[in-house]
Amino acid sequence: MKSSLARANDNIQKRHRKAGLFRLLCASVTWLGAALLATLLIQVTLDGIKWLDLQFLTSFPSRFPYKAGVKSALVGTLWLITMIAFISIPIGVATALYLEELSSKGKVGKIIEVNIANLAGVPSIVYGIIGLAIFVRGLGFERSLLSGALTMSLLILPVIIIASREAIKTVPMSIRHAAYALGATKLQTAWAHVLPASFPGILTGVILALSRAIGETAPLIMIGALTYVAFLPEGPMDAFTALPIQIFNWVSRPQQEFHELAAGGIIVLLAVLLTMNATAIFIRQKTEKKLQ
Amino acid sequence: MNEQAMPKPLDVNQDRSGDITRTRARWGEFLIESSLGLCATISIITTSVIIFILARESLGFFATVSPIEFFFGTSWVPLFEPSAYGVLPLLWGTMLITFGAALFAVPTGLASAIYMSEYASPQMRAVIKPVLEVLAGIPTVVYGYFALTFVTPLLRMLMPDLQVFNALSGAIVVGVMILPTIATLSDNALRAVPDSLRQGAYALGATSYEVTTRVVLPAGLSGVMASVLLAISRAIGETMAVTLAAGATPNLSFTFLESIQTMTAYIVQVSMGDTPAGGIAYQTLFAVAALLFVITLILNIVSQWILSKFREVYE
Repeated sequence: MKSSLARANDNIQKRHRKAGLFRLLCASVTWLGAALLATLLIQVTLDGIKWLDLQFLTSFPSRFPYKAGVKSALVGTLWLITMIAFISIPIGVATALYLEELSSKGKVGKIIEVNIANLAGVPSIVYGIIGLAIFVRGLGFERSLLSGALTMSLLILPVIIIASREAIKTVPMSIRHAAYALGATKLQTAWAHVLPASFPGILTGVILALSRAIGETAPLIMIGALTYVAFLPEGPMDAFTALPIQIFNWVSRPQQEFHELAAGGIIVLLAVLLTMNATAIFIRQKTEKKLQ
Repeated sequence: MNEQAMPKPLDVNQDRSGDITRTRARWGEFLIESSLGLCATISIITTSVIIFILARESLGFFATVSPIEFFFGTSWVPLFEPSAYGVLPLLWGTMLITFGAALFAVPTGLASAIYMSEYASPQMRAVIKPVLEVLAGIPTVVYGYFALTFVTPLLRMLMPDLQVFNALSGAIVVGVMILPTIATLSDNALRAVPDSLRQGAYALGATSYEVTTRVVLPAGLSGVMASVLLAISRAIGETMAVTLAAGATPNLSFTFLESIQTMTAYIVQVSMGDTPAGGIAYQTLFAVAALLFVITLILNIVSQWILSKFREVYE
């Protein structure tokens, strides 16, 4: 018969063992997530690296795998991202600036805030359908870069607005008070002091939003980006294809060679994403230093 | 000294439009402010347009097909004769994928959140959180590729009678996709629980397991629940991975091993073909999209409501 002290001791040990196991479980599950990322990247690299050469980057898509490339898709993606940036960044930042700095924080501001949060949760394919109905059919922009860029801009606007507002909120009130004390108007304060001070944060949000736009496939399929494009778009009204569309097209074919081409396309897509994010980090560090 | 001689305190809100020296500058400001305000209304316009378009086309659809057939019919054959417009198979496909994804992502996401907020050192956390966020930033078409060329072949080695297109593979990759949402948002919620609560429990002799499950989790529950709902709403709206992995067979089966079709995958399938505007097939797109929109909207609103209603406010 054990003493009550020994029983208590057993009990404590049991509880601590349980805690230790729990900790181990949580840690291994977390690293499983990291391992999944590694598996995905390794798998893609192994499949795609042998197709990745200059010919792949400078060729149009083709029925023959060894002749096919991502030229039109890459150019289409670059066109698209430039147009999206020109449309969505001014509108998004202006909205954030207005909501945070200029509008009276009343009921209307609250409604717009809730509305933007909900827009951020609308599935991308619904934006695609709206783009199809409004831009492609309603306004008659056809299956053009312009339709694609406008649809994608609607999709990422909530992301840009939310991120920009967060960045603007972090600007200390003392900066605004100093500007007001010197007689600056609200708009002058917002433009000359709040905006520059929140620039690094806004930039990060914008780049993240644009990264999302680069990878989105469903809305582009909806508005009818083509899968086989053997020409380069020359203006906003031209038909186009984009990297995710080309990848989707290759993945959905049964042949092994096209799957490997898709992997090659994915590497190019991830490289574009990486370049953008690296640029963002670089610019952010530069501007942060300057502000200090 | 009388009061008249005292300078009046400056009233910021005072109307100075009569002051001529200011008029021109204020006009410019007014113009810029209004155009900024106009930008802010774009979000309201977007919402109105989404609702208007979905409602108009859906009403056109329901003029031909009765809502009873749409919501309770068990067969979805919109593109061939004899056609049938019961949305249940598509809804079921979406639920199957979402359920499977949540079954994978909720426990793993929560465990990751607990590890990051309760156990990991700050340096470790600084490494693992960005890694999980990268997982969230990978385009969904890449997950589709991963499902088709890696997950499905792997599963077919274990289960030889698995179809090439199956719900299981789709559910797994969607689970991986929504894992970071649950992990990072729950991590934020758990870290917002004040340390004094943990220290109180430790002082009473609780182990880390007991502190986590009985003090921290209950305290951060609203944030955790909101993150799960948000993740589920994303899983429902997910398109490319399920289109590539789960196939295009509207199916009411209870098994994960067969090809199914989700609402999103149906929309992609139709828009890949040449669907003339105005026809019944074109209208089905909007009816299905409207259903999708309403479901995700409800989930998002409930998620926000939980956050605002049950948020524990600590000093």
